[in-house]
Amino acid sequence: MRGAPGDVELRQPQGLAAVLALLAAEPGVWTPLAGGTDVMVQYEAGQLAAKKLLSLARVPELLGVRTTATGIEIGALATYMEIQEHDVVRQEFPSLAAAGAETGGVAIQNRGTLGGNIANASPAADSPPALLTYDAEIELVSTHGTRRVPYATFHLGYKKTAMRPDELIRAVHLPRRAKAAPTLVHHYRKVGTRKAQAISKVVFAATAWREGAILRDVRLAFGSVAATTVRARAAEAALEGRALDVKTVSAAIAALGQDVQPIDDIRSTGPFRRQVAAHLLRGFLDRLA
Amino acid sequence: MSSIDLVVNGEKRRVEARPMERLLDVLREELRLTGTKEGCGEGECGACSVLLDGRLVNSCLIPVLQAEGADVRTIEGVEKTPTGKALQDAFLACGGAQCGICTPGMVLAAVYLLDKNPRPTGEEIRDGLAGNICRCTGYTKIFDSVAAAAKALHDEGSTR
Repeated sequence: MRGAPGDVELRQPQGLAAVLALLAAEPGVWTPLAGGTDVMVQYEAGQLAAKKLLSLARVPELLGVRTTATGIEIGALATYMEIQEHDVVRQEFPSLAAAGAETGGVAIQNRGTLGGNIANASPAADSPPALLTYDAEIELVSTHGTRRVPYATFHLGYKKTAMRPDELIRAVHLPRRAKAAPTLVHHYRKVGTRKAQAISKVVFAATAWREGAILRDVRLAFGSVAATTVRARAAEAALEGRALDVKTVSAAIAALGQDVQPIDDIRSTGPFRRQVAAHLLRGFLDRLA
Repeated sequence: MSSIDLVVNGEKRRVEARPMERLLDVLREELRLTGTKEGCGEGECGACSVLLDGRLVNSCLIPVLQAEGADVRTIEGVEKTPTGKALQDAFLACGGAQCGICTPGMVLAAVYLLDKNPRPTGEEIRDGLAGNICRCTGYTKIFDSVAAAAKALHDEGSTR
Protein backbone atom coordinates (compact mmCIF):
# COMPACT_ATOMS: atom_id res chain seq x y z
CA MET A 1 0.00 0.00 0.00
CA ARG A 2 1.23 3.41 -0.95
CA GLY A 3 1.76 6.01 1.80
CA ALA A 4 -1.08 8.49 2.27
CA PRO A 5 -0.39 12.23 2.54
CA GLY A 6 -2.62 12.47 5.61
CA ASP A 7 -0.56 9.92 7.55
CA VAL A 8 2.76 11.74 7.45
CA GLU A 9 3.45 15.17 8.90
CA LEU A 10 5.88 17.31 6.91
CA ARG A 11 7.41 20.51 8.22
CA GLN A 12 9.78 22.84 6.43
CA PRO A 13 11.49 25.21 8.88
CA GLN A 14 13.43 28.24 7.67
CA GLY A 15 17.12 27.99 8.49
CA LEU A 16 19.44 25.60 10.31
CA ALA A 17 18.70 26.85 13.85
CA ALA A 18 15.00 26.02 13.51
CA VAL A 19 15.77 22.54 12.16
CA LEU A 20 18.25 21.78 14.95
CA ALA A 21 15.83 23.06 17.62
CA LEU A 22 13.17 20.63 16.43
CA LEU A 23 15.65 17.72 16.29
CA ALA A 24 16.79 18.59 19.84
CA ALA A 25 13.25 18.94 21.20
CA GLU A 26 12.13 15.54 19.90
CA PRO A 27 15.24 13.48 19.06
CA GLY A 28 14.54 10.50 16.84
CA VAL A 29 10.99 11.64 16.08
CA TRP A 30 11.81 13.76 13.03
CA THR A 31 13.39 12.23 9.95
CA PRO A 32 15.22 14.72 7.75
CA LEU A 33 14.06 14.89 4.13
CA ALA A 34 16.46 16.37 1.57
CA GLY A 35 16.02 15.45 -2.12
CA GLY A 36 13.60 12.62 -1.34
CA THR A 37 15.26 10.04 -3.57
CA ASP A 38 15.31 7.50 -0.72
CA VAL A 39 12.66 8.72 1.75
CA MET A 40 9.98 9.38 -0.87
CA VAL A 41 10.59 5.99 -2.48
CA GLN A 42 9.98 4.31 0.90
CA TYR A 43 6.91 6.50 1.40
CA GLU A 44 5.49 5.55 -2.00
CA ALA A 45 6.04 1.88 -1.23
CA GLY A 46 4.23 2.24 2.10
CA GLN A 47 7.48 1.26 3.86
CA LEU A 48 8.33 4.54 5.55
CA ALA A 49 8.53 3.97 9.30
CA ALA A 50 8.78 7.70 10.08
CA LYS A 51 5.55 9.61 10.66
CA LYS A 52 7.20 13.03 10.90
CA LEU A 53 9.45 14.44 8.21
CA LEU A 54 11.59 17.53 8.35
CA SER A 55 12.21 19.11 4.95
CA LEU A 56 15.68 20.65 4.58
CA ALA A 57 14.71 22.60 1.46
CA ARG A 58 14.90 25.96 3.25
CA VAL A 59 18.25 25.53 5.01
CA PRO A 60 20.85 27.61 3.14
CA GLU A 61 23.56 26.65 5.65
CA LEU A 62 23.70 23.20 4.03
CA LEU A 63 24.14 24.43 0.46
CA GLY A 64 27.13 24.90 -1.78
CA VAL A 65 30.67 23.70 -2.38
CA ARG A 66 33.56 25.80 -1.05
CA THR A 67 37.26 25.35 -1.63
CA THR A 68 40.25 26.53 0.36
CA ALA A 69 43.98 25.98 -0.22
CA THR A 70 43.93 22.82 1.89
CA GLY A 71 40.51 21.36 1.42
CA ILE A 72 37.06 21.32 -0.09
CA GLU A 73 33.82 21.57 1.86
CA ILE A 74 30.74 20.07 0.25
CA GLY A 75 27.44 21.13 1.83
CA ALA A 76 25.17 18.23 2.77
CA LEU A 77 22.55 19.40 0.26
CA ALA A 78 24.97 19.45 -2.69
CA THR A 79 23.33 17.28 -5.36
CA TYR A 80 25.02 14.58 -7.42
CA MET A 81 24.69 16.97 -10.37
CA GLU A 82 26.45 19.80 -8.54
CA ILE A 83 29.22 17.44 -7.47
CA GLN A 84 29.89 16.04 -10.94
CA GLU A 85 29.85 19.54 -12.48
CA HIS A 86 32.17 21.19 -9.91
CA ASP A 87 35.60 21.95 -11.40
CA VAL A 88 37.70 21.15 -8.31
CA VAL A 89 35.77 17.92 -7.65
CA ARG A 90 36.28 16.86 -11.28
CA GLN A 91 39.99 17.65 -11.28
CA GLU A 92 41.11 16.55 -7.81
CA PHE A 93 38.42 14.12 -6.68
CA PRO A 94 37.37 12.50 -9.98
CA SER A 95 36.09 9.32 -8.31
CA LEU A 96 33.54 11.41 -6.42
CA ALA A 97 32.53 13.22 -9.62
CA ALA A 98 32.16 9.79 -11.27
CA ALA A 99 30.01 8.56 -8.37
CA GLY A 100 27.73 11.58 -8.89
CA ALA A 101 27.38 10.76 -12.57
CA GLU A 102 26.71 7.05 -11.91
CA THR A 103 23.96 7.56 -9.32
CA GLY A 104 20.55 7.18 -10.96
CA GLY A 105 19.54 9.15 -14.03
CA VAL A 106 19.65 12.91 -14.51
CA ALA A 107 16.40 13.55 -12.61
CA ILE A 108 17.75 11.66 -9.58
CA GLN A 109 21.13 13.41 -9.86
CA ASN A 110 19.31 16.77 -9.71
CA ARG A 111 17.64 15.84 -6.41
CA GLY A 112 19.75 13.29 -4.55
CA THR A 113 22.23 14.85 -2.12
CA LEU A 114 25.63 13.82 -0.81
CA GLY A 115 24.42 14.24 2.78
CA GLY A 116 21.44 12.02 2.06
CA ASN A 117 23.59 9.36 0.41
CA ILE A 118 25.68 9.23 3.60
CA ALA A 119 22.85 9.47 6.15
CA ASN A 120 20.82 6.77 4.39
CA ALA A 121 23.78 4.48 5.20
CA SER A 122 23.21 1.91 2.50
CA PRO A 123 26.23 -0.36 1.90
CA ALA A 124 25.37 -0.14 -1.83
CA ALA A 125 25.60 3.67 -1.99
CA ASP A 126 27.75 5.06 -4.80
CA SER A 127 29.63 7.93 -3.16
CA PRO A 128 31.05 6.25 0.01
CA PRO A 129 33.88 4.29 -1.69
CA ALA A 130 35.12 7.55 -3.22
CA LEU A 131 34.80 9.34 0.13
CA LEU A 132 36.87 6.61 1.81
CA THR A 133 39.72 6.87 -0.68
CA TYR A 134 39.77 10.65 -0.20
CA ASP A 135 39.90 10.60 3.64
CA ALA A 136 36.61 12.44 3.99
CA GLU A 137 35.44 13.86 7.30
CA ILE A 138 31.79 14.34 8.14
CA GLU A 139 30.81 17.55 9.92
CA LEU A 140 27.87 16.97 12.25
CA VAL A 141 25.89 19.79 13.78
CA SER A 142 23.40 20.00 16.63
CA THR A 143 22.22 22.56 19.18
CA HIS A 144 25.32 21.50 21.18
CA GLY A 145 27.71 22.61 18.44
CA THR A 146 29.63 20.89 15.69
CA ARG A 147 31.99 17.94 15.58
CA ARG A 148 33.88 16.16 12.86
CA VAL A 149 33.97 12.40 12.41
CA PRO A 150 36.34 10.63 10.00
CA TYR A 151 34.20 8.99 7.36
CA ALA A 152 36.06 5.71 7.94
CA THR A 153 34.45 5.46 11.41
CA PHE A 154 31.05 6.95 10.54
CA HIS A 155 29.23 3.80 9.41
CA LEU A 156 28.99 1.39 12.33
CA GLY A 157 26.99 -1.37 10.67
CA TYR A 158 24.15 -2.01 8.26
CA LYS A 159 22.14 1.24 8.21
CA LYS A 160 23.84 2.31 11.49
CA THR A 161 25.89 5.49 11.84
CA ALA A 162 27.84 7.42 14.47
CA MET A 163 25.31 10.25 14.22
CA ARG A 164 23.10 11.03 17.24
CA PRO A 165 19.36 11.48 16.63
CA ASP A 166 19.61 15.22 17.38
CA GLU A 167 22.41 15.68 14.84
CA LEU A 168 22.40 16.56 11.18
CA ILE A 169 25.15 16.26 8.57
CA ARG A 170 26.18 19.81 7.73
CA ALA A 171 29.02 19.19 5.30
CA VAL A 172 31.63 16.76 4.01
CA HIS A 173 35.27 17.84 4.10
CA LEU A 174 37.94 16.43 1.80
CA PRO A 175 41.62 17.35 2.17
CA ARG A 176 43.34 18.40 -1.06
CA ARG A 177 46.40 16.26 -1.79
CA ALA A 178 48.40 18.67 -3.91
CA LYS A 179 51.73 16.82 -3.60
CA ALA A 180 50.76 13.45 -5.04
CA ALA A 181 48.17 14.86 -7.38
CA PRO A 182 50.08 14.97 -10.69
CA THR A 183 50.76 11.23 -10.88
CA LEU A 184 47.96 9.93 -8.67
CA VAL A 185 45.68 7.52 -10.53
CA HIS A 186 42.00 7.74 -9.57
CA HIS A 187 39.78 4.82 -10.43
CA TYR A 188 36.01 4.39 -10.02
CA ARG A 189 33.89 1.54 -11.31
CA LYS A 190 30.32 0.58 -10.56
CA VAL A 191 28.89 -2.74 -11.66
CA GLY A 192 25.10 -2.98 -11.78
CA THR A 193 22.42 -4.78 -13.77
CA ARG A 194 22.49 -2.09 -16.43
CA LYS A 195 24.68 0.91 -17.05
CA ALA A 196 22.21 3.54 -15.87
CA GLN A 197 19.78 3.82 -12.99
CA ALA A 198 20.80 0.56 -11.29
CA ILE A 199 21.82 -0.06 -7.69
CA SER A 200 25.31 -1.54 -7.55
CA LYS A 201 26.21 -5.21 -7.27
CA VAL A 202 29.74 -4.05 -6.47
CA VAL A 203 31.11 -0.50 -6.46
CA PHE A 204 34.82 0.27 -6.26
CA ALA A 205 36.99 3.35 -5.84
CA ALA A 206 40.78 3.39 -5.66
CA THR A 207 43.78 5.67 -5.78
CA ALA A 208 47.51 4.96 -6.00
CA TRP A 209 50.60 6.16 -7.81
CA ARG A 210 53.83 4.60 -8.98
CA GLU A 211 57.30 5.67 -7.97
CA GLY A 212 59.21 3.80 -10.68
CA ALA A 213 57.88 0.26 -10.27
CA ILE A 214 56.87 0.79 -6.63
CA LEU A 215 53.23 1.35 -5.62
CA ARG A 216 52.55 4.21 -3.22
CA ASP A 217 49.54 5.49 -1.25
CA VAL A 218 47.32 2.59 -2.28
CA ARG A 219 43.71 3.04 -1.20
CA LEU A 220 41.02 0.58 -2.16
CA ALA A 221 37.37 0.90 -1.13
CA PHE A 222 34.42 -1.32 -1.99
CA GLY A 223 30.66 -0.99 -1.61
CA SER A 224 28.02 -3.77 -1.66
CA VAL A 225 30.53 -6.33 -0.35
CA ALA A 226 29.89 -6.03 3.41
CA ALA A 227 27.47 -4.42 5.89
CA THR A 228 29.19 -1.07 5.30
CA THR A 229 31.45 0.33 2.62
CA VAL A 230 34.94 -0.98 3.44
CA ARG A 231 38.60 -0.21 2.83
CA ALA A 232 40.34 -3.32 1.54
CA ARG A 233 43.18 -3.14 4.07
CA ALA A 234 44.67 -6.59 3.43
CA ALA A 235 44.84 -6.02 -0.32
CA GLU A 236 46.27 -2.55 0.26
CA ALA A 237 49.01 -4.04 2.47
CA ALA A 238 49.84 -6.56 -0.26
CA LEU A 239 50.39 -3.71 -2.71
CA GLU A 240 51.82 -0.80 -0.71
CA GLY A 241 55.56 -0.34 -1.27
CA ARG A 242 55.79 -3.38 -3.58
CA ALA A 243 56.84 -3.54 -7.21
CA LEU A 244 53.85 -3.93 -9.49
CA ASP A 245 54.38 -7.37 -11.03
CA VAL A 246 52.43 -10.58 -11.56
CA LYS A 247 53.34 -11.90 -8.11
CA THR A 248 52.17 -8.74 -6.37
CA VAL A 249 48.88 -8.71 -8.29
CA SER A 250 48.18 -12.35 -7.36
CA ALA A 251 48.98 -11.68 -3.69
CA ALA A 252 46.66 -8.66 -3.65
CA ILE A 253 43.79 -10.57 -5.23
CA ALA A 254 44.26 -13.39 -2.71
CA ALA A 255 44.36 -10.89 0.18
CA LEU A 256 41.18 -9.22 -1.07
CA GLY A 257 39.33 -12.38 -0.05
CA GLN A 258 39.80 -11.35 3.60
CA ASP A 259 38.55 -7.81 2.98
CA VAL A 260 35.19 -8.54 1.39
CA GLN A 261 32.33 -10.55 2.90
CA PRO A 262 29.57 -10.20 0.33
CA ILE A 263 26.14 -11.72 0.85
CA ASP A 264 23.47 -13.13 -1.45
CA ASP A 265 20.61 -10.68 -1.90
CA ILE A 266 18.04 -9.48 -4.41
CA ARG A 267 20.72 -7.93 -6.64
CA SER A 268 23.45 -10.55 -6.75
CA THR A 269 25.16 -13.46 -5.01
CA GLY A 270 28.11 -13.54 -2.65
CA PRO A 271 30.35 -15.65 -4.91
CA PHE A 272 29.62 -13.48 -7.96
CA ARG A 273 30.42 -10.33 -5.99
CA ARG A 274 33.73 -11.83 -4.83
CA GLN A 275 34.67 -12.52 -8.41
CA VAL A 276 33.60 -9.06 -9.58
CA ALA A 277 35.57 -7.39 -6.76
CA ALA A 278 38.69 -9.32 -7.84
CA HIS A 279 38.18 -8.29 -11.47
CA LEU A 280 37.69 -4.66 -10.48
CA LEU A 281 40.95 -4.69 -8.49
CA ARG A 282 42.77 -6.31 -11.41
CA GLY A 283 41.38 -3.64 -13.75
CA PHE A 284 42.75 -0.89 -11.51
CA LEU A 285 46.18 -2.54 -11.33
CA ASP A 286 46.19 -2.93 -15.13
CA ARG A 287 45.68 0.82 -15.38
CA LEU A 288 48.65 1.44 -13.09
CA ALA A 289 50.95 -0.90 -15.07
CA MET B 1 -4.53 21.38 4.21
CA SER B 2 -2.20 24.27 3.37
CA SER B 3 -2.31 26.96 0.70
CA ILE B 4 0.74 26.51 -1.49
CA ASP B 5 1.78 29.00 -4.16
CA LEU B 6 3.78 27.95 -7.18
CA VAL B 7 4.38 29.14 -10.71
CA VAL B 8 3.29 26.58 -13.26
CA ASN B 9 4.17 27.14 -16.92
CA GLY B 10 4.63 30.83 -16.20
CA GLU B 11 1.33 31.31 -14.37
CA LYS B 12 0.95 31.90 -10.63
CA ARG B 13 -1.18 29.15 -9.14
CA ARG B 14 -2.41 28.57 -5.58
CA VAL B 15 -3.36 25.05 -4.54
CA GLU B 16 -4.95 23.68 -1.39
CA ALA B 17 -3.03 20.54 -0.60
CA ARG B 18 -1.54 18.47 2.15
CA PRO B 19 2.23 19.12 2.42
CA MET B 20 3.07 15.47 1.62
CA GLU B 21 0.96 15.35 -1.54
CA ARG B 22 3.15 14.52 -4.49
CA LEU B 23 3.79 17.32 -6.97
CA LEU B 24 2.70 14.78 -9.61
CA ASP B 25 -0.78 14.44 -8.06
CA VAL B 26 -1.18 18.18 -7.57
CA LEU B 27 -0.35 18.77 -11.24
CA ARG B 28 -2.68 16.07 -12.51
CA GLU B 29 -5.57 16.17 -10.03
CA GLU B 30 -5.69 19.79 -8.84
CA LEU B 31 -4.38 21.63 -11.87
CA ARG B 32 -5.67 19.11 -14.43
CA LEU B 33 -2.34 19.08 -16.25
CA THR B 34 -2.57 15.44 -17.23
CA GLY B 35 0.30 15.52 -19.72
CA THR B 36 2.60 14.52 -16.86
CA LYS B 37 2.22 10.74 -16.42
CA GLU B 38 2.70 8.32 -13.58
CA GLY B 39 4.66 5.19 -14.42
CA CYS B 40 6.45 3.48 -11.55
CA GLY B 41 5.83 6.04 -8.80
CA GLU B 42 9.31 5.44 -7.40
CA GLY B 43 11.70 7.56 -9.43
CA GLU B 44 12.84 4.81 -11.77
CA CYS B 45 10.94 5.44 -15.02
CA GLY B 46 10.90 9.18 -15.67
CA ALA B 47 7.27 9.34 -16.94
CA CYS B 48 6.52 12.05 -14.35
CA SER B 49 9.49 14.27 -15.31
CA VAL B 50 9.01 18.03 -14.98
CA LEU B 51 11.38 20.98 -14.74
CA LEU B 52 11.57 22.41 -11.22
CA ASP B 53 13.40 25.75 -11.22
CA GLY B 54 14.92 24.66 -14.52
CA ARG B 55 16.14 21.27 -13.30
CA LEU B 56 14.81 17.95 -14.52
CA VAL B 57 13.16 16.07 -11.62
CA ASN B 58 10.74 13.21 -10.99
CA SER B 59 7.52 14.84 -9.75
CA CYS B 60 6.49 11.60 -8.00
CA LEU B 61 9.34 12.06 -5.50
CA ILE B 62 8.56 15.67 -4.58
CA PRO B 63 6.21 16.55 -1.75
CA VAL B 64 4.38 19.65 -2.94
CA LEU B 65 5.57 21.65 0.06
CA GLN B 66 9.12 21.41 -1.32
CA ALA B 67 7.88 22.99 -4.57
CA GLU B 68 6.40 26.01 -2.77
CA GLY B 69 7.42 29.19 -4.59
CA ALA B 70 9.12 27.19 -7.34
CA ASP B 71 8.91 27.56 -11.10
CA VAL B 72 7.42 24.35 -12.48
CA ARG B 73 7.34 23.55 -16.16
CA THR B 74 5.36 20.61 -17.52
CA ILE B 75 4.91 19.24 -21.03
CA GLU B 76 1.96 21.62 -21.51
CA GLY B 77 4.30 24.60 -21.09
CA VAL B 78 7.37 23.13 -22.73
CA GLU B 79 5.58 22.28 -25.99
CA LYS B 80 5.22 26.01 -26.66
CA THR B 81 8.97 26.70 -26.49
CA PRO B 82 11.20 26.43 -29.61
CA THR B 83 13.07 23.43 -28.17
CA GLY B 84 9.85 21.73 -27.07
CA LYS B 85 8.24 22.33 -30.44
CA ALA B 86 11.29 21.02 -32.34
CA LEU B 87 11.28 17.89 -30.20
CA GLN B 88 7.56 17.32 -30.66
CA ASP B 89 7.93 17.63 -34.45
CA ALA B 90 10.94 15.31 -34.44
CA PHE B 91 9.19 12.67 -32.28
CA LEU B 92 6.32 12.67 -34.80
CA ALA B 93 8.58 12.59 -37.85
CA CYS B 94 10.95 9.91 -36.54
CA GLY B 95 8.42 7.61 -34.87
CA GLY B 96 9.70 8.46 -31.39
CA ALA B 97 6.26 8.09 -29.82
CA GLN B 98 4.11 4.97 -29.73
CA CYS B 99 1.75 4.47 -26.78
CA GLY B 100 2.71 7.91 -25.45
CA ILE B 101 3.03 7.25 -21.73
CA CYS B 102 6.79 7.86 -21.63
CA THR B 103 6.75 10.61 -24.26
CA PRO B 104 6.15 13.71 -22.11
CA GLY B 105 8.97 12.62 -19.77
CA MET B 106 11.25 11.84 -22.71
CA VAL B 107 10.58 15.29 -24.16
CA LEU B 108 11.23 16.99 -20.79
CA ALA B 109 14.52 15.08 -20.38
CA ALA B 110 15.48 16.02 -23.94
CA VAL B 111 14.61 19.70 -23.37
CA TYR B 112 16.83 19.71 -20.27
CA LEU B 113 19.62 18.02 -22.24
CA LEU B 114 19.44 20.32 -25.28
CA ASP B 115 19.22 23.48 -23.19
CA LYS B 116 22.50 22.46 -21.49
CA ASN B 117 24.14 20.85 -24.49
CA PRO B 118 22.66 21.89 -27.87
CA ARG B 119 24.84 19.50 -29.91
CA PRO B 120 24.92 16.23 -27.95
CA THR B 121 26.67 13.11 -29.21
CA GLY B 122 24.71 9.87 -29.43
CA GLU B 123 26.27 8.78 -26.15
CA GLU B 124 25.28 12.05 -24.47
CA ILE B 125 21.69 11.62 -25.67
CA ARG B 126 21.64 8.12 -24.16
CA ASP B 127 23.03 9.45 -20.87
CA GLY B 128 20.55 12.34 -20.81
CA LEU B 129 17.60 9.99 -21.30
CA ALA B 130 18.91 7.11 -19.16
CA GLY B 131 16.38 7.81 -16.39
CA ASN B 132 13.41 7.48 -18.78
CA ILE B 133 12.02 4.07 -19.60
CA CYS B 134 10.07 3.20 -22.77
CA ARG B 135 8.42 -0.18 -23.31
CA CYS B 136 7.40 0.36 -26.96
CA THR B 137 10.02 1.88 -29.19
CA GLY B 138 13.23 0.10 -28.28
CA TYR B 139 14.70 3.60 -27.78
CA THR B 140 16.45 3.91 -31.13
CA LYS B 141 13.70 6.06 -32.64
CA ILE B 142 13.63 8.22 -29.51
CA PHE B 143 17.38 8.84 -29.71
CA ASP B 144 16.97 9.58 -33.44
CA SER B 145 14.20 12.06 -32.61
CA VAL B 146 16.38 13.96 -30.14
CA ALA B 147 19.28 14.05 -32.60
CA ALA B 148 16.93 15.30 -35.34
CA ALA B 149 15.53 18.02 -33.07
CA ALA B 150 19.05 19.14 -32.13
CA LYS B 151 19.96 19.34 -35.82
CA ALA B 152 16.77 21.23 -36.69
CA LEU B 153 17.36 23.76 -33.91
CA HIS B 154 20.97 24.18 -35.00
CA ASP B 155 20.08 24.61 -38.69
CA GLU B 156 17.35 27.09 -37.78
CA GLY B 157 19.83 29.04 -35.62
CA SER B 158 22.47 29.17 -38.35
CA THR B 159 20.09 30.36 -41.09
CA ARG B 160 18.75 33.20 -38.97
